[in-house]
Amino acid sequence: MDQFTLNLLVVGASFVLYIGIAIWARAGTTAEFYAAGRGVHPVLNGMATGADWMSAASFISMAGLIAFGGYGTSAYIMGWTGGYVLLALLLAPYLRKFGKFTVPEFVGERFYSNTARLVAVVCLIVMSVTYVIGQMRGVGVTFSRFLEVKTDTGLYIGAAIVFAYAVLGGMKGITYTQVAQYCVLILAYSIPAIFIALNLTGSFLPQMGIVGSYEPGGVSSGVSFLAKLDSVLTELGFTTFTAHTTNTLNMVLFTMSLMIGTAGLPHVISRFFTVPKVADARASAGWALVFIALLYTVAPAVGTMARLNFTTTMWPAAVSGNALDGEAVAISAFDTDPKLSWVKTWEQTGLLIMTDLNGDGKIQYFNDAPLQAPAKAAEAATKALVDARTKAGLPEAADLTAPEAVAVNGAADAALADLQAKLVAAKAALTDAQGALMVGGKSVADRGWVGNEVTKVDRDIMVLANPEIAALPGWVVALVAAGGLAAALSTAAGLLLAISAAISHDVIKGSFNPNISEKGELLAARISMSFAIVVATYLGLHPPGFAAQVVALAFGLAAATIFPVLMMGIFSHRINKEGAIVGMLVGLVFTAVYIFLYKGWFFVPGTAVYADVEANWFFGISPLSIGTVGAALNFISAYLVSSVTAAPPKHVQDLVESIRVPRGAGAAQAH
Amino acid sequence: MSDRTSSNAYWAANVRIILISLAIWFVCSFGLGIILRPMLMGISVGGADIGFWFAFNGSIYVFLILIFVYAWRMNRLDKEFGVEE
Repeated sequence: MDQFTLNLLVVGASFVLYIGIAIWARAGTTAEFYAAGRGVHPVLNGMATGADWMSAASFISMAGLIAFGGYGTSAYIMGWTGGYVLLALLLAPYLRKFGKFTVPEFVGERFYSNTARLVAVVCLIVMSVTYVIGQMRGVGVTFSRFLEVKTDTGLYIGAAIVFAYAVLGGMKGITYTQVAQYCVLILAYSIPAIFIALNLTGSFLPQMGIVGSYEPGGVSSGVSFLAKLDSVLTELGFTTFTAHTTNTLNMVLFTMSLMIGTAGLPHVISRFFTVPKVADARASAGWALVFIALLYTVAPAVGTMARLNFTTTMWPAAVSGNALDGEAVAISAFDTDPKLSWVKTWEQTGLLIMTDLNGDGKIQYFNDAPLQAPAKAAEAATKALVDARTKAGLPEAADLTAPEAVAVNGAADAALADLQAKLVAAKAALTDAQGALMVGGKSVADRGWVGNEVTKVDRDIMVLANPEIAALPGWVVALVAAGGLAAALSTAAGLLLAISAAISHDVIKGSFNPNISEKGELLAARISMSFAIVVATYLGLHPPGFAAQVVALAFGLAAATIFPVLMMGIFSHRINKEGAIVGMLVGLVFTAVYIFLYKGWFFVPGTAVYADVEANWFFGISPLSIGTVGAALNFISAYLVSSVTAAPPKHVQDLVESIRVPRGAGAAQAH
Repeated sequence: MSDRTSSNAYWAANVRIILISLAIWFVCSFGLGIILRPMLMGISVGGADIGFWFAFNGSIYVFLILIFVYAWRMNRLDKEFGVEE
């Protein structure tokens, strides 16, 4: 059976499973639609939360990010798991005791204000829509690679599947489907990781392999795996993987932003409304982290091993010795060696580009960062001269630096000669840089290299190409495709539910039509979810060019608005409606403005005030890390404003008192 | 709900457990994983230094233990104060 048929069978079977579950678990009431009737066992709820939380970013991107990022990327690992501690200790049990359906609903009641509720709805919708775009893209890309359809077609198929089970099943259908999706995605992630760990380190547990010894193909080498990775990277001029961060403050703030952002994401929080009891909400966060940890403790191993595998593919001698003792990989090997056929497949997608710059038939992979600025300058100077010559009506020149190249009607043209002088200088600077850059004790110029010939390697291909790199059987490749889709679809469904609940429950029922019947509200929820799917599909087809930046905004907002307001609502009697609204707005505006300063106002290209480089950041704090500062400002301003305005009314103080004790949580109550 | 005094004592005990847990949470991730890492380079866990290991794996295990211990202690506290469901 060929790979395509196998992919189709495995992915098709997983979809039949999801839709079957959705039909079995159809929602009949609003309680079932928003909170699965609060009848979900904590272990199953934890598994569903895991699938909900682990998106295409966790499944596809994170290991690649680690592979090419080094130690500093541990911020993602700590940040995206440490948030669950905050959820379990500070939010989940109390919100479950509160016993309603949505995050804005809590904000509205605790701060006795529809304005506060609507501000929370706006934050929620901005965050969730941002996230959904990424998931829809992930679905499209995975489909296009593995099912060999166009990205757009893949997106339509994905949207149809989500529509089928999310609109029908609501939280109940989504929860049980997510349990199945979790199983698919964790198998798809672990199986290749185990094989690769076994192959590189002699330990079948990837978590042990990363700190184990380097044993390629079962032969002991006498060095640890990380030491081997560091030495290969150093040889090729890269920063070592384990090198410490150069900006400790920024790393701390970034990790904290991810943690409190995680704890403030509404689609994650609303999962804790679905368990029967307060005690279950506490344990549920733990179970969620158990299932998340199964992937997150493996990801660093997958990333580091992929980096080493990739590097030794480029420099075969590095497997057992020094990379530069042997030759770089020959281009012809990609065609002849079946173990390297994955390079061709990924080159076709454009996500991996290799260019033989010096024309020696081999691909030299090394760190050419010091060459990039002079190479760019030389390129720009060449273009300026060529353009000026074309404008002057001159034919193409064989040698741009020859005197006749700037001659018009036999006489040298001053303007052209000036451009030529600049080009000569730029080329000389590049040659100097090539002579000065040392790799393995010899300059790049002496080695006959021009630059790094792996001109593009998209970090997202690392996980998807893993089974091929490790030469695993076809069914594993198919399983990874199904796993990537499961990760993207489960997160998309959870987000769409959070959006539809915010619209139907908080906006329509909460503000416009409080007397809507349960049946009417259920219909409104389904219509708003369908609408959300259409919007998400449209944005997935026409993604704003700034998807990555918007994700930073989503986390920053969650950290600076939702998390502080929920925490103050639970841990303080005194914070009142004025404090909460001012706090949320301060957090929102401060965080958004800081991000816009570096990424452009409302992400419009060209409107950034400062270039987004470390030298320009205030106190070295990157726009990605600013959520922590926004949260701190939220807390401070809410406290200050509350202390000069009237205390909350008695019934609100009683509400705070009541959510602090588990007794009497009971079933969900509609109001 | 029991009377106000005992519910205040319950809340104070709850906050104490939270603060202790958060201190551990902070020390293992931000402390060992990031801030203290340069000072602890000499201590190794397998082929990695202890800070590296905490940053990429160790802190997750600590987080897990923290949540379950917290849940267990809170359930015991609920019973002690008679506020369990």
